[in-house]
Amino acid sequence: MTTAPGLPRRRPFLKVDMRQFLLALGLLLWLALPARAQDAYTAALPGLAGSFGDIATSVEQLGALGDPRALPLLRALQEGKLQKTADGRLLLPGPVDAATGQPTDAAGAETVRLNNRVRQALRGALGRLQLVSPDAAERATAADAIFRSRSAEDVPLLQAAIAREADAGVKARMELALAAAQLVAPDESAKRDAIARLGAAGTVEARALLIEARAANPSMVTAIDVSIATIDRALSIRRAAETLFQGLSLGSVLLLAALGLAVTFGVMGVINMAHGEFVMLGAYATFVVQEACRGIPWLAPWSLPLSVPAAFLVAAAAGAVLERGLIRHLYGRPLETLLMTFGVGMILQQAVRTIFGAQNREVTSPAWMQGTLMLPGGIAVTQNRLWIIVFGIAVLLLVIAAIRFTRFGLEMRAVVQNRRIAATMGIRTGRVDALTFAFGSGIAGMAGVALSQIDNVSPNLGTGYIIDSFMVVVFGGVGSLAGTLVGALTLGVVNKVLEPYAGAVLAKVFVLVAIMLFIQRRPRGLFALKGRAAES
Amino acid sequence: MSASLAVPAPGGFGRMTLRLVLIGAVLILALLPALNRLPADSALHVSDFIVSITGKWITYAILALAIDLAWGYAGILSLGHGAFFALGGYAIGMHLMRLIGPRGVYGHPTLPDFMVFLGYQELPWYWLGFDHFPFAILMAMLVPGLLAGVVGFLAFRSRITGVYLSIITQALTYALMLAFFRNDMGFGGNNGFTDFKELLGMPLNTSAARSTLFYASLLLLLGALWLCSWVAQSKLGRVLVAIRDAESRVRFLGYDVTRHKLFVFVLSAMIAGLAGALYVPQVGIINPGEFSPGNSIEAVIWVAVGGRGTLIGALLGAFSVNALKTWLTTVAPDLWLFALGGLFVAVTLFLPRGLIGLFSKAPR
Repeated sequence: MTTAPGLPRRRPFLKVDMRQFLLALGLLLWLALPARAQDAYTAALPGLAGSFGDIATSVEQLGALGDPRALPLLRALQEGKLQKTADGRLLLPGPVDAATGQPTDAAGAETVRLNNRVRQALRGALGRLQLVSPDAAERATAADAIFRSRSAEDVPLLQAAIAREADAGVKARMELALAAAQLVAPDESAKRDAIARLGAAGTVEARALLIEARAANPSMVTAIDVSIATIDRALSIRRAAETLFQGLSLGSVLLLAALGLAVTFGVMGVINMAHGEFVMLGAYATFVVQEACRGIPWLAPWSLPLSVPAAFLVAAAAGAVLERGLIRHLYGRPLETLLMTFGVGMILQQAVRTIFGAQNREVTSPAWMQGTLMLPGGIAVTQNRLWIIVFGIAVLLLVIAAIRFTRFGLEMRAVVQNRRIAATMGIRTGRVDALTFAFGSGIAGMAGVALSQIDNVSPNLGTGYIIDSFMVVVFGGVGSLAGTLVGALTLGVVNKVLEPYAGAVLAKVFVLVAIMLFIQRRPRGLFALKGRAAES
Repeated sequence: MSASLAVPAPGGFGRMTLRLVLIGAVLILALLPALNRLPADSALHVSDFIVSITGKWITYAILALAIDLAWGYAGILSLGHGAFFALGGYAIGMHLMRLIGPRGVYGHPTLPDFMVFLGYQELPWYWLGFDHFPFAILMAMLVPGLLAGVVGFLAFRSRITGVYLSIITQALTYALMLAFFRNDMGFGGNNGFTDFKELLGMPLNTSAARSTLFYASLLLLLGALWLCSWVAQSKLGRVLVAIRDAESRVRFLGYDVTRHKLFVFVLSAMIAGLAGALYVPQVGIINPGEFSPGNSIEAVIWVAVGGRGTLIGALLGAFSVNALKTWLTTVAPDLWLFALGGLFVAVTLFLPRGLIGLFSKAPR
């Protein structure tokens, strides 16, 4: 076995075997006979009051015991808080006698001092003790620490710990640490086994480990290369899946922001530059609902679902007022509508800034939306992004259902197809216009609920999304919900696929340029309306 | 919308009166730098602030003129004219950066400070030539013109009109803003260009430089006004108005609509670029914020406030809205966005022909 410069020299084989034997024995004793183990704990104590060599030996013994009392003791030692008296008693901070656990006096006590050898022994011992800690997070940390410091001595410890481990996540990390330890252990067959398991683990850490082992084990290069290739394959699949997920999640954000536009712009032909501000209003409605629910403990976790209808109503009301008050006077003059609604957007932004202040407001995710979900294959998926995708699809279905199956949807389609005949059939077209616009604006408000989870809630929240949303609608085909869906998801995925090569900003620029070129080929978008509707 | 928007309506506020008012306004403007030279205690003294801010407004007025030519006559509502203005500004900004020479903080003989800071070893190729003033001015026209040519060709050829064109041009300026914010573009990233020292041998912070730039802007304004009204009153201008009012009909009559629109769009972009080139030395800074879509749409509202399709209205709008902005942002900064937003609403709803429309009788 070669020794890397700078590392402590490894102990001779024989002593390692002895220690392994002792450790295994100690572990067995601890598992089978708690009472005897406590004796072993007390027996190991006096060494701590002795020379540096004795301390190190005791520390190693204590580390191997797995006694719950050893952890605070060794921590105190590491932190320089362990004291010894002239008559050989050890005192924990308190002062408490380390052997009996009873309060005692600290007269004439001095701190137990450490040297590098003791510190090193302490690190290993604490790591091993943590491996049997009742706290899962601590066990995982210990497994990671062993993974980093790996040595052959850890193999039996880890094997015992894995056998007892119930938490799957911690177990996986322990197994990785075990494989790492086996790679540096002398057992050849275990090593081959470890190489195969590392290959199956398919993580970046495993790959780095294998590359390190490749140089040290010339006889196993083929097996290692096979494992590395397996990992590379798994990694690239995972990367592709994660990019796809991120793209879909960005796409569903775009979809949410664009769905409202698909109704107001696509169906009604009203170009509403204040659409982004309706999204912003929805986000602020979410914030207000959250603040209102803060005082009621049983309601607080559900403030987000509650804010969906609230945001819809707020934005829809604003939309109805805007349509009845201003926009209807400008029907048939799209450029003026564009300018006017831009002005309305400015006023809304400034009004929100005046009321809520210019700084960002925080909307917290409820506990059931936080955290990361691990899909099979190690694909990490953030929960709130997943919820946004679900929400986006739900809103899309809702919009389709509202247009297809409700009386309001029927009247809306009738007015779009032929306003005059719809009016002669008794449909109050003005009311339908107002409701349609309010509906589209309300959807924008719901998009605001989703955006509050991933973006800062600030007065200019909407400006960042308005251009993208228009691009989605133009790209997908004005007046087509299917086009909006495909357009949004395509733009989201393309953006995320380009990002690693070009960076987030240039990816956006590329997408804008690509859309302009695309419109050359299909001026009416991906899903162009055909027939009579296309003429208008 | 009738063709009478093309020229101020006859009768009422007549053409002669209009000319007289215009000449009077130009004379007053031309006097400002001279009055600035008067001793400070003189009753007619005009402060440096007034001169520099009026100079800035003149460049805004040129931008408004460019927008009016495209929007008021050809019906091309570009929400990206701020991009052409900013590109012109960046072209002259590059020249000004080159003129700083070894006087920068890092004292590098050729590289501007931000390049030294970012670890550039030599000038990027697209910075070559910008040490010559005529080249920089040429680029201030050519780059916006070229960009407008490409975008316009693609858009007009596939008959993208109305709001679609507006959205595309807005996306264009948005994309440019994002791109110019990047440090590796070689345009100073976030901070853009500033700390200019001199132009054509004149130190920039002197009143001589201020009045020279002022007169240059005024000359450009008059030149652009003359050029635009010449275009507007030519046969070409008539065709443009016809395109604005009934594009398909003009196409069926055998006119090449794409070429007409492309010509006026490129011309307008070049004028906007020159305006930007005069704007930057007067304000002493150019950064990617100039590309923000809000700037472009604000410029459009100047034209709408003044009255589009009249050219004079664009000037009137640019001066009056900016005067309002300067006044309001000092008196009540929070109110400015309310006022601007209100202007958008009020003008589109109640003043479709702008301020000019108040003075001239409605057609027919």
